[in-house]
Amino acid sequence: MTATEAPPEAATRSRVFGTRVLRKEDPALLSGEARYTDDLAIPGALHMAVVRSPYAHARITAIDLAGALAMPGVVAAFTGTDLLDDWAQPMPMAWPVTDDLKNPPHYPLTPDIARFSGDGVAVVVAESMELARDALEAVVVDYEPLDPVVTVEDGVTDRVLVHDDAGTNKAYTWELKIGEDAVEQAFATAAHTVKERFVQQRLVPMAMEPRASAAIPQPVGGEVTLYSATQIPHILKIFTALTLGIPEHHVRVIAPSVGGGFGSKLEVYQEELLCVALARRLGKPVRWVEERSENAHATIQGRAQIQDVELAADENGKLLAVRVNLTADMGAYLMLITPGIPLLGAFLYAGVYDLPQAYSFTCTGVFTNLTPTDAYRGAGRPEATYAIERAMDRLAQTMGIDPVELRRRNFVKADQFPYTAFSGLVYDSADHEATLATALELAGYDGLRAEQASRRDSGSTRHLGIGVSTYFEMCGLAPSRVLASLNYSAGGWEAATVRILPTNKVQVVTGCSPHGQGHVTSWSMIAADRLGVDPDDVDVLHSDTALSPAGLDTYGSRSLAVGGIAVYQALDRVIDKAKTIAAHMMECAEADLDFENGTFSVRGSPDRELPLAAVAFAAFTAHDLPDGVEPSLEASSVYDPPNFSWPNGCHICVVEVDEETGAVDVLKYVAVDDCGNRLNPMIVEGQVHGGVVQGLAQALYEEAVYDEHGNLTTATLADYLVPAAPDVPSITTGATVTPSPTNPLGVKGIGEAGAIGSTPAVINAIVDALSPLGVTDVEMPASPLRVWSTIQAAQTAATGGAR
Amino acid sequence: MTVNGAERESEVEPRTLLAYYLRETLGLTGTNIGCDTSSCGACTVLVDGESVKSCTMLAAQADGASVTTIEGLSNGDGMAPMQQAFHECHGLQCGFCTPGMVLAAVSFLDEHPQPSEEDVRMGLEGNLCRCTGYQNIVKAVLACAGNGAKP
Repeated sequence: MTATEAPPEAATRSRVFGTRVLRKEDPALLSGEARYTDDLAIPGALHMAVVRSPYAHARITAIDLAGALAMPGVVAAFTGTDLLDDWAQPMPMAWPVTDDLKNPPHYPLTPDIARFSGDGVAVVVAESMELARDALEAVVVDYEPLDPVVTVEDGVTDRVLVHDDAGTNKAYTWELKIGEDAVEQAFATAAHTVKERFVQQRLVPMAMEPRASAAIPQPVGGEVTLYSATQIPHILKIFTALTLGIPEHHVRVIAPSVGGGFGSKLEVYQEELLCVALARRLGKPVRWVEERSENAHATIQGRAQIQDVELAADENGKLLAVRVNLTADMGAYLMLITPGIPLLGAFLYAGVYDLPQAYSFTCTGVFTNLTPTDAYRGAGRPEATYAIERAMDRLAQTMGIDPVELRRRNFVKADQFPYTAFSGLVYDSADHEATLATALELAGYDGLRAEQASRRDSGSTRHLGIGVSTYFEMCGLAPSRVLASLNYSAGGWEAATVRILPTNKVQVVTGCSPHGQGHVTSWSMIAADRLGVDPDDVDVLHSDTALSPAGLDTYGSRSLAVGGIAVYQALDRVIDKAKTIAAHMMECAEADLDFENGTFSVRGSPDRELPLAAVAFAAFTAHDLPDGVEPSLEASSVYDPPNFSWPNGCHICVVEVDEETGAVDVLKYVAVDDCGNRLNPMIVEGQVHGGVVQGLAQALYEEAVYDEHGNLTTATLADYLVPAAPDVPSITTGATVTPSPTNPLGVKGIGEAGAIGSTPAVINAIVDALSPLGVTDVEMPASPLRVWSTIQAAQTAATGGAR
Repeated sequence: MTVNGAERESEVEPRTLLAYYLRETLGLTGTNIGCDTSSCGACTVLVDGESVKSCTMLAAQADGASVTTIEGLSNGDGMAPMQQAFHECHGLQCGFCTPGMVLAAVSFLDEHPQPSEEDVRMGLEGNLCRCTGYQNIVKAVLACAGNGAKP
C-alpha cells in the first residue's frame, strides 16, 4: 500500500527504525494481566459516588444527606458547601487566552448552582461501589430550576446568565488579524467569494475505559498517591498540589494502563480532586469509577463550534483572503484548556494553501448550561480543516471546476518549504502535489469521475460522490515561546532519561504518558538503534511521577516529535559519557572512537574494539574511571522543540448516496499521510485507521444531542453512535515521506491526522454526490434522515417550492 | 461454576452480575466494564464456549457453567492463536476492548471457520473499539481463520 516512500535518512544507520516491530505492550493487554485503575486491588479502600444534578441549570436550595448516612455501609457524605474549605483554590484553568477572560470560580462540587446536567452537587462514600451508588438515591436535593442556556446563539444574547458574577456569557473574544486592509480589499474586488456557515456538532469522546481514580493517603506524613485514568499524570500532580494546598513533593500521581483518552483524559477532573480530598479527610483510600452515562455527562465533550467562513479568490480560484468568525461553546465551566481549543485551529483556516497576508480570525467563547468542552482528538485543528476544505469545495462548485484542480492551483509548492505562512508560522516540510497524486492513484480518481458521469447520465438515484481533503496539522505541542505568546500557562518541552544498567540492559524514562499509542515499543526502538541493543533489552518507565518526575505528558501528537527527541538527545549524551570512559579504557583519544552497533572502535584500527557492555560495567564498578567522570551511565535531556511539526496529507472518500432513502454507503477510503520519517509504520497506520474512523464517525454518526431543557438524550452507547465494525470501511493507507528538518529523527506526529483529514473528505463526498440535485451542504452527522431532508429542501428550492 | 478450568464456589447476592463476580470476587480483572447498557462488549467472556456479555448475565445464572475469561484462553502456554493474531496484526492499541474482542472473535470463528471480511465485521458488531478503526482487528480474525488452528 505504501507508495513513493523514500528510505528514511535514519534508516541508513539503524536496524529497527522504519520497521514493523510488534508491540511490547501487547502480551499484558492480551492476557488480562494489564491493570487499569479500576483493576487495582487497594486494601481497605472506600468507594465514592457523585450525586449529579438532573437539571441543566438550577439553584440548590437544600441537600439532605441523612437518609444516605443512615444506610448500612455508608461511611460519609458531603455537599459542595461542606467541602469548600478543602480547596486552596478553584479548579485549574491553564489557558487564559485573553487578559479579560471570564473564568468564574469552579469547584469540584458546586456549592450553590448546578450549571449543567451532570454537575456534581454531593458525594457519598461507602464500603463498596454498589453501596455508594445505592446511597445516591437516598440523598435528597431540593432544586429551584432556572432557565437554561442550551445553545450558543442563545448564550451570546445574555438573556440568561450561566454565571451571574461574570455579567455576560461571553468568556472571551480572541482575534488574529493579518492585513486588515488587504482582507477588505480582497472581498470588495474578488472575482469569486464564498460564504458558508458550518456547525461542528458536540461530540462525546467515549474512550472505552471510563474514567477512574483512587487516592491513597499517608495520614502521618501527609503524602498522597493518586492513581488515575489520565493522560497527564505530571500536570495532574502539580494541580492536585495547588488545588488542595498539598506541598507538591507530597503528591505522587500514577497513571496505570489507560484505556484511551482522545483528549478526554487531558484534564484535571473534579472526581480526581474529590478522591484526594476525601482520602485525606477520612484517612483511608478512596476510589471512584465512572459509569458510562456519567462519562457522557461529566467527562468533557468536544468540537461544539459554529463557523462562519468566507473565502475570496481571483478569477482562477487563487485564494486572496480568508475571514473566519467562530462561536465556540465552552459549556458551563472552563476546564483545563477549554478556551484555547479553538485557537489551536486559528492558524489553520488557510489549510495547505499559499495565502497572502490577508487573514481575519475572530473567536468568541460562550458559556452554556451544557457539559464543558475541551480537547478532543485534533482539538481545534479538525474544525479548521473541515471549514477550509468544505469551503474550497464550495468555491470549486461555484466556479464549476474540479475540486482537485482548485487545490492544485493553491498549494504551497514543494520548493517553497520551509514556508513562512501568512501567520508568521513556518511550515517545516511537505510535498502536497506528491501526496495528492498518490491519493488520486490509490483511489483511481479518473475512473471514479468517469463512473460518476455515467451514473448521472443514466439517471441513477444511487449517486456516486468523491470527496477530497488536504490538510496541514500543527502539532508536536509545542515550542514554549510560542505557547507564551498565546498566554498558555506552561511550556511545551519534554523530558527523558536514559540509564544503562550494569548488565547492559537499558531503562528509558519518559515524561510522556501513553494510553494506547505504543510508546514503550517506539522508545525501545529509538534506544535499540542508538545503543546497538535489542528492543527487548530496553524498558521504558513512564506515567509515575516518582519514577519519571519531569514531563508534560501526552496530547497534541507530541510524543515522538517532542518526547522521542528528548530520548534521542539523552541517548546522545549517554553515549558521549560512555565514549569518555571507553577512550580511557582503550587508551586512545575520544576523537578517534567510533560507536556503532553497540561497539566502540578505534578509527583506522579495526581490531581495537570495546563493547558498550564492558563500558557499562566499568561505569558501575567505578574502579578505574577517568578523573572527573562520575560513576554510572545515565543522562537526561529536556527538549523544547524549535517549531511545531507539520504532518500533512490527502484523504479521498468515495460514497454512494441513495437519493430515495438518504443512506450513505462509504465505498472506498484512501488516506495518504505524510508524517515525515516513520519510526514504526505499523503503529503509524494504526493511528491513521483509528483517527479516520473517529473523523468519519463525526461526519456520519455521532452527536451529543441536548433537548430544549439541556438534557443529554444520547448519554449511553445505545444512543450515542460510536461505530461498530460493520459501520466503517476498510481503509487504504499510503504515505509520502518528507522528513521534518527541525528534529534529528525527521519525524512528525500522527495521532490526530486521521481525525483531521477524514471528516471533510466524507462530507465533501456526500455533497459531491448530490450536487446535481442542488445540494451545496449537508449538516453533520449526515444521517439518512438529514441527507434525505437536505435533498428534499434542495429540490423544493430548485423548483421554487412548487413540488 | 468452572472458571478457566478451576471449580469456583461462592455465595453471591442475587443481583450480582457475572462481570462483577469475575472481577471482584475472583479478581479476574481482564474482563473490563465499559458501559452500563450492554452495548460495548468489553466484558465479553465465553460461557460454555459461546460469547456472552457478562454484564447481561447474573452470576447465579452461570451456576454450573464453564466460563472462560481472557486469563484462561491460552491454557498458560504462551498466547492462544487469536491472541497471537491480534499481536501480529496490531489489532489492539489501548487494550481495553481487547479481552472482550478476542473472546468474541474466538466464539465467532468457532461458528464461522471460513469467514469473509464482511462476515467478520458483522460478527463483531456487538463489540466496540475506539482506537483501531477495526481494520487490524478484522485483519487479525481473518489471519487466525487462515491459520486453521483452533482460535
